[in-house]
Amino acid sequence: MRVKDLNVKFDGEDVIIDLSFNVDEGEVLAILGPNGAGKTTLLKALLGIVPYEGVVEWREGVKVGYVPQRLPFIKDVPLSVKEFFQLEKVSESETKEILRSIGLGEEFLGKKIGDLSSGQFQRILIGWALASDPNVLLFDEPLAGIDIGGQESVYNLLERLKEEKNLTILFVTHELSIVYRLADRVLCLNKKMLCSGAPKEKLTPEAISNLYASPVKFYQHKHEEGELS
Amino acid sequence: MSQFLLSLLSGIFIGGAAGFLGSLMLPKRMSLVAGPLGHLALPGIALALIYGFDISLGAFPLVILGIVLIWLFERRTKLPAEALTAVVFATGVAIAFFFLPIEQAEAALVGDISSIQINDAVFSIALCVLVFFVVEIIYSKMTLINISEDLAKSQKINVGKYNLVYLLLIALIVALGVKVVGGLLTAAIVAIPAVTSRNLAKSLAQYKFLALSFGILSSAIGIFLSKLTLLPAGPLIIVSSAFLFVLSMIFKR
Repeated sequence: MRVKDLNVKFDGEDVIIDLSFNVDEGEVLAILGPNGAGKTTLLKALLGIVPYEGVVEWREGVKVGYVPQRLPFIKDVPLSVKEFFQLEKVSESETKEILRSIGLGEEFLGKKIGDLSSGQFQRILIGWALASDPNVLLFDEPLAGIDIGGQESVYNLLERLKEEKNLTILFVTHELSIVYRLADRVLCLNKKMLCSGAPKEKLTPEAISNLYASPVKFYQHKHEEGELS
Repeated sequence: MSQFLLSLLSGIFIGGAAGFLGSLMLPKRMSLVAGPLGHLALPGIALALIYGFDISLGAFPLVILGIVLIWLFERRTKLPAEALTAVVFATGVAIAFFFLPIEQAEAALVGDISSIQINDAVFSIALCVLVFFVVEIIYSKMTLINISEDLAKSQKINVGKYNLVYLLLIALIVALGVKVVGGLLTAAIVAIPAVTSRNLAKSLAQYKFLALSFGILSSAIGIFLSKLTLLPAGPLIIVSSAFLFVLSMIFKR
């Protein structure tokens, strides 16, 4: 995948400025930056669901799966896990298979989405994105708002997916630990690209303080229920 | 066919279709939109009563106008949508009172299904069947859009197209609903069956089915009670629906 001179504006405000990078097949790229740095917007631009200027080019035939950060409105609908998959016409037997692959038993089919723990729900969202059999997974804050036990299960799942399916994974995060643990390459973003390369080489203390110290508008650091981002 | 049966059938179909569509409106927090739209329709209803044509036909153009206004208002200004709905509904009621004949005020405000004509009834039932099937067709995709527009867009769903169809369905249901419950009570026929169903449903399939059932049931009970008590059917339907809601609170899990 290739991104060249990407610019995104909301109401005349620059959100992403002149961003260019490539991603190779099977690579895990972390996009690291403080909140308000344009990370989620970048994912949405890559998905083509926000207007942008510049070039976003995927290799031909690539299927992209998307795991959004959180879905506050999903609890307004009385939806079982099985029915959540049915919204995208995934059959019951396929759903069972997906549940197995994300480490959840068949008994989850009939559970209400609203009754799941944060970690279970995150794995369901990953499974949902996997249902269309994508080669690329775009992932918004894989661990945000998830309890410690749940975080470990999400980690393990992502590590396994990376090995078994040769998935290309792009995830955005503001947490360093997941970058070290999962990413082949890191891209530091705060509206502009501030660094790019292997995490162990590029994430020097200077680079990190530079990334987080630069002034960010609308700085917010909340992870509350119902937050829209 | 007896007049009672005709009004019962029309009421059941309109109530059922409204409850079913209402189950899609509740998660989007749009249930109350039907209220202001019904209010805005009052001048059209008044004209229909004066000139003796079908009140749904009088209501429909104004409801469409209301939907266009809400849509424009949300896009062009940063004011919350409730602000517009207040402006719209009050203006609708105010204008209607300039020329609404006082002896027909009850029919306009709280509906009059008891005197529905055979042509109106057949036409209304046909539209209800249409609404039902279109809602069924768009249900999965609309639910996904209700959960997250971004997720829906990432699945290549044309969100704009689905929202347009959805708004047109709301317009149709409000225009049909004013026949049964008048311009003042339209929010209730879409909102109450859905919340009652939400209290009891453990899955989406149950939720859809119960919203439809409670819509049908409250219309049927209201129209029967109206036959017995000679009180107007519209308010009796709403009170029956509210009673079922209270019952559902008791049986809630």
